[in-house]
Amino acid sequence: MEKLTISTNPHIKDKDNVNKIMWFVVLALLPAAIAGIYFFKTKALLTIIVSVISAVLTELLIQKLTKKEITIKDGSAVLTGLLLALVLSPLVPWWTTMLGAIFAIAIGKMAFGGLGHNIFNPALAGRAFLVASWPALMTTWLLVDGTTGATPLGLLKLEGIKTAYNPLLIGSIGGCIGETSAIALLIGAAFLFYKKIITWEIPATYIGTVFIFALIFRQDPIFHILAGGLLIGAFFMATDYVTSPLTRNGKLIFGFGCGFLTIILRLFSGYPEGVMFSILLMNAATPLIDRYTKLKPFGYRKPAKEVKE
Amino acid sequence: MASFIGGIHPVYNKITRKNKIEVTPLPKKVILPLQQHIGAPCESLVKEGDLVKVGQKIAESKGFVSAPIHASVSGKVLGIAKSPHPVLGECNSIIIESTGKIEWDESVKKRDNIENLTKDELKQIIKEAGIVGLGGAAFPTHVKLSPPQEKKIDTVILNGAECEPYLTCDHRLMLEQPEKIIKGFEIIIKILEPKQCYIGIEDNKENAIALFEEKLQDLNLQDKIKVVRLKTVYPQGAEKNLIYSIIKRKVPNAGGLPMDVGVVVQNVGTAKAIYDAIYDGKPLIERIVTVTGAVKEPKNLLVRLGTPVKDLIEFCQGYEGSTGKIISGGPMMGIAQYTDEIPIIKGSSGVLVQREEVIKEQERDCIRCGRCIDVCPMQLMPTMISQYAQKDDFDNANEYFALDCYECGCCSYVCPSKIPLVHYIKYAKAELMKRKKK
Repeated sequence: MEKLTISTNPHIKDKDNVNKIMWFVVLALLPAAIAGIYFFKTKALLTIIVSVISAVLTELLIQKLTKKEITIKDGSAVLTGLLLALVLSPLVPWWTTMLGAIFAIAIGKMAFGGLGHNIFNPALAGRAFLVASWPALMTTWLLVDGTTGATPLGLLKLEGIKTAYNPLLIGSIGGCIGETSAIALLIGAAFLFYKKIITWEIPATYIGTVFIFALIFRQDPIFHILAGGLLIGAFFMATDYVTSPLTRNGKLIFGFGCGFLTIILRLFSGYPEGVMFSILLMNAATPLIDRYTKLKPFGYRKPAKEVKE
Repeated sequence: MASFIGGIHPVYNKITRKNKIEVTPLPKKVILPLQQHIGAPCESLVKEGDLVKVGQKIAESKGFVSAPIHASVSGKVLGIAKSPHPVLGECNSIIIESTGKIEWDESVKKRDNIENLTKDELKQIIKEAGIVGLGGAAFPTHVKLSPPQEKKIDTVILNGAECEPYLTCDHRLMLEQPEKIIKGFEIIIKILEPKQCYIGIEDNKENAIALFEEKLQDLNLQDKIKVVRLKTVYPQGAEKNLIYSIIKRKVPNAGGLPMDVGVVVQNVGTAKAIYDAIYDGKPLIERIVTVTGAVKEPKNLLVRLGTPVKDLIEFCQGYEGSTGKIISGGPMMGIAQYTDEIPIIKGSSGVLVQREEVIKEQERDCIRCGRCIDVCPMQLMPTMISQYAQKDDFDNANEYFALDCYECGCCSYVCPSKIPLVHYIKYAKAELMKRKKK
């Protein structure tokens, strides 16, 4: 008899793995990416290519230098690169995009110990870095007619003009490459739900909270859901496994926090948009949320007090 | 439909579901470990050279939580020696060489007047017959049937869930000998006098559900015993989950038992063994085993205890392809073996052979997807326990209730990072148990 393998149970495993999940999320972002390229043409395409390649090469280089296992095939660096590109203005120069992608991977992810250990969503960390470093470049927007102008949220905040629903749904508005078309994002989100990669807790509480607080502050709730980066944030960023809480209750708190902060920032801060900072702030709160949402086991009973001898 | 929270839907691969139970040929040699149950090990009553008959008691223990062992063949005791054991790795075992004939011990006699037997007499027969839970845990049955005075039992559940993939021994038994199972169940009911009685069967065994409903009608027991259709989800057959699925009671954590919520659960195979002991006077000397996976002819077999697994494989026409793993039990909770010389013992419900795994997936860091938490039927946080166990931080592993894990394997099954979570949790549990004993 040849040598038998000994291992702990179970002896069968599900086919899903990390690579599959990451590549499925990349796939789910393709409709939004295609819509972005359709509206913003080669500028968008170039940004996406630069961002993805920079992210992958940064990860490769760091893993080579630190003699760690090369994991670029797992799709997570591609995903970070793609996500970053989709939340940049198509007018951002290529070198800015590149620096953002390098920061996202090197500082946002690898400095913490790689996939699974990062505190902040790497793509959003990269974007925050760019917003802090080149604020003007990051807030110049391209309109579909080729001229520059403001995003719907900017228009609302600065000039009090509300964009109609139809352009918001289709994406023929100013904004980041991947955030403008609500329909494309919803198609991708539906795919993630179908594949059970994301669950309802975070997106539903996030969007629901924005809806309710928009009503409270006498704003148009539908407009606030469709405009800006709320949909891409709620479905693709806030749901990032690594940087969101583990348990259902934790996820509900996280989603609520994201929604609340988003509407507060949109209405009362100097910025027209609040999705990025709200998710990053809630990322920072995740370890704390995890600590306070620890599960009690099935049939939990309070331990009997130890008898003093 | 009746179910619990959590669980998984693995590919069931119940390839032997239509195979009738076949009787395995008499083995040349049986290996009967002195410990085949949870509790105190037995001491041998025989010595090298003794002649024994089928059904003769050959080992016994003075402890209450224990079960005697009987000869499964007639023949000569070759000796008592350390032999491979499917659960313990190695164990002192009585080895008997068969004469090739079946000679029953005088003690094995059919009984009349079952109605006149008292509860205590029934329990004594069950104890003497060496019956243990045949679902896999092998807890002595008479102990379960003797709850302490203060624990009032109002519910008895017969477990026919058989949620482990591949295994079909309970399913076949239910289809082929429903009357004996029901009669055995009636004995349990007579002893415990519960208010409500259930038979839980997963809905992937539609024919067994229908058959039991029909048989209970025929016997006019349909008002006394209810068949519960259970959702097919692993681990539906785990005691705590089964109780919740059927009567929505929660067995307390930290070492709570079903009797704490007034429930006793028995496996269908155990009920059949009780029938054999009470009606036919037969002690537990054989059981049904599913031999499946990478063997030429997967089968459901009636096997004499102590038969080496090798013999069963031979009877199934040998291994199919190159063998990677031999598992005692099912794929979710079974134990990987280092040899096919291990014997079938009281708790062995199956032998699963797996081919050499083509791809071994690399374990990687947790990506915090939370799937292990979603599927855990005990509502634990496996990834947290595992992370602390890996750092030897057992205090924190305990804070996350490591000891409440019963190792069903759902977490490891779903983990996309292929982390052997059960392995790490077992490690933490072993350390925590050691500390408790100090």
